[in-house]
Amino acid sequence: MKSVTFRHGIHPADGKALSADMPIRLVAPVPGGESVYPLSQHIGAPAVPVVSVGDHVSAGQLIAQAGSFVSAPVYASASGTVTSLCPRTTSSGETAPCVVIRSDEVNEWIDPAFDPAGAGAYDPAFPLSCRIDAARLTPDAIRKAVREAGIVGLGGAGFPAAVKLAPKDPDKIDHLIINGAECEPYLTSDYRLMLERGEALVAGCRLLLRLFPNADCRICIEDNKPEAIKHINALLGKTDDTRLSVVPLRAKYPQGGERMLIGAVTGRRLNSAMLPADVGCVVMNAASVVACFYAIAQGRPLTHRIMTVTGDGVKSPCNLEVPIGISYRDVLAAAGGFAGKPEKVITGGPMMGTALYTLDIPVTKTSASILALAKDPVALHDTTPCVHCGKCLRACPENLVPQLLSQAADRGEFDVFEKYGGMECIECGSCAYVCPAKRHLVQSMRYGKRQTGAIIRARKAAEAARKGGTDK
Amino acid sequence: MNEPVTEEKAEAVTSLTPAIHISVSPHDRASETTAAIMRDVVIALVPPLGMGVYAFGFRALLVIAVCVTSCILTEYFYQKLMKQPVTVSDLSAVVTGMILAVNMPAGIPLWMPLLGGVFAILVVKQLFGGLGQNIMNPALAARCFLLISFASAMTTFPDTVRTLFEAGAQSGATPLALVKAGESPDWTQMLLNTHNGCIGEASTIAVLIGAAYLLARRVITVHIPALYILSTVGFVCLINVIAGSADVITVNYLIAQICGGGLLIGAFFMANDYVTCPVTPWGQVIYACLLGLLTALFRVVGSSAEGVSFAIILGNLFVPLIERVTVPRPYGVSRKKGGRA
Repeated sequence: MKSVTFRHGIHPADGKALSADMPIRLVAPVPGGESVYPLSQHIGAPAVPVVSVGDHVSAGQLIAQAGSFVSAPVYASASGTVTSLCPRTTSSGETAPCVVIRSDEVNEWIDPAFDPAGAGAYDPAFPLSCRIDAARLTPDAIRKAVREAGIVGLGGAGFPAAVKLAPKDPDKIDHLIINGAECEPYLTSDYRLMLERGEALVAGCRLLLRLFPNADCRICIEDNKPEAIKHINALLGKTDDTRLSVVPLRAKYPQGGERMLIGAVTGRRLNSAMLPADVGCVVMNAASVVACFYAIAQGRPLTHRIMTVTGDGVKSPCNLEVPIGISYRDVLAAAGGFAGKPEKVITGGPMMGTALYTLDIPVTKTSASILALAKDPVALHDTTPCVHCGKCLRACPENLVPQLLSQAADRGEFDVFEKYGGMECIECGSCAYVCPAKRHLVQSMRYGKRQTGAIIRARKAAEAARKGGTDK
Repeated sequence: MNEPVTEEKAEAVTSLTPAIHISVSPHDRASETTAAIMRDVVIALVPPLGMGVYAFGFRALLVIAVCVTSCILTEYFYQKLMKQPVTVSDLSAVVTGMILAVNMPAGIPLWMPLLGGVFAILVVKQLFGGLGQNIMNPALAARCFLLISFASAMTTFPDTVRTLFEAGAQSGATPLALVKAGESPDWTQMLLNTHNGCIGEASTIAVLIGAAYLLARRVITVHIPALYILSTVGFVCLINVIAGSADVITVNYLIAQICGGGLLIGAFFMANDYVTCPVTPWGQVIYACLLGLLTALFRVVGSSAEGVSFAIILGNLFVPLIERVTVPRPYGVSRKKGGRA
């Protein structure tokens, strides 16, 4: 089958060879160590703590419940005692309210079946053979299970999965798109997941299809991962379910961006004001689907996630299954620590990740990786004046003119920024990557989006107030 | 917190000290730099200028050297004087000097290219804000300045001292001037042999080799050059037809329009100068066709045989306007107003 793709985009060095062949390895929580659970690990209202200081909690126990419809509960990944409810530094660099738990030595689970180190360890036979109670398979029960497990978009956006799975009219959804593109360089966690836990992925897709009677499921994988495409195809061959298929995507960044992915698979175009459901699509990250499978089949909460620890600044690049809440420092230690003194440490991929200034931050549901670079490619060159070469236009997947928009943002011309579509920017970084003048285009775009967004909101509020006035 | 844990942590801090580089994403950059692009343009200009030296002799080399040196020194001293960082190493002044040399007759008095270099860098580039800020191509603006000021010296072309092969070596006028005068120079000569004209216009093949290099290195795209050449040919024919002189249109006439003057090198090395051409796809189409129309008007209706330089610098002035009206529609935003819902 021919690979599909989108217009524009870039081909950065992918660096995946460092960790692509490293099997997923489980990391144990540090006995006596701290686990920190931010209440806001997702898009939407922060979760509300249901434990108090001094409480003893088991692993897999609810510690904070969803704060509203668009929100997600948080579960403990290790047993221990709640020591404080206080703000802590998180991966974004900001401080946010957290539940802090000191782990005990025993690490006892609320249900042993959830313990990935024990009975809950991945067993390929389980997703194929498990018989799920019919009462758990109604659309409402499936959504409830996903909601209660605290599953959010594990690709990085962190949008609550249950909200995605509850569009206004589920019958109008004709595409369930599974995002296994993993277009960010260096990251290999979804690749390993598809290779090692493909059974759970396929079983999860089939369960989620029950929510959308008119949908087909497309498992989308970039063609630089032929092993994964082959493996998932082989698994699909075993199921005889004609509603599922693998769609190979051309390896190009940002192929995994939601709008690019939907465009490549369906030819339908989304803008910033639309949701995938508006064009009949639901997009789920591959890791989220695996988590959904366990939530539906077993009621297992989201307590662990797979991270890639990689880069030439890491001693032994690897893919780790990490308890949510442990610190980046502990994750890095599990990978043997730094090799030498890296110049830059990033959480997430090199294109959209966040540079870190400390490792004393907790792993959250959306922590995709620790990437340590011995040399910082951004620091190699100074910024020079824009020569108007137009390479950013030909890189921009949103068909914008980054050069014009960033200039408008830098000058404070937010009307120009809005007029020429600045708010459509997805901050993928393709423009800044190709820029021969090494201009910090994403920085300007973010500034422009923030300022322009505030102006638009104020204008809308003023319009609403005026309308309200005339109505009366 | 008990003591052993603290010690353990202290040890961990020394072995896992995180880095200090903090910046907004993306954290990777392509290796290409502005200086590398300029270097490619310099390399691409070697064949045409080299053939100019071959055709017109040592004197041409002298003119090239004066142009380049003048541009570099002007930039250097201006930036020193203004206490700005000296950016000569980005090679953009070298490129300007070489483009200026492309447009010089080999026999010109040497103080004229010297003055041209100063004008290009000082007036057109630096006074408008330096690299990326000029509203016209500096070398072409300087060329036009010299053309207006010293018309005779700028249009007196020495005979070629060497040709690639003997047969039918031409002398005196450029092929384009010959067709303007109603003659019909042989098209094989114009394509294959060296011919009279400015230093960079001596050999069609050398220009095409330079252009092919830029295309292969992806420094330029083919859109503006191709459209500019095609639209010039189209408008030349159209204007001749309208003027009732359709009978002048022959193969030799059209080849002279493309290869006998500055069109080819202008299209591949000057019309698509990054700073002074539109970046938007439709903007490039409009701009290239505008250049074609202006060039055809200057050549057919105007008194001079040439028209490329004036067409390009005039076209340059329209670029900001053209860009503003051709900003592409963002992905997924519908054509009708309020499409963003």
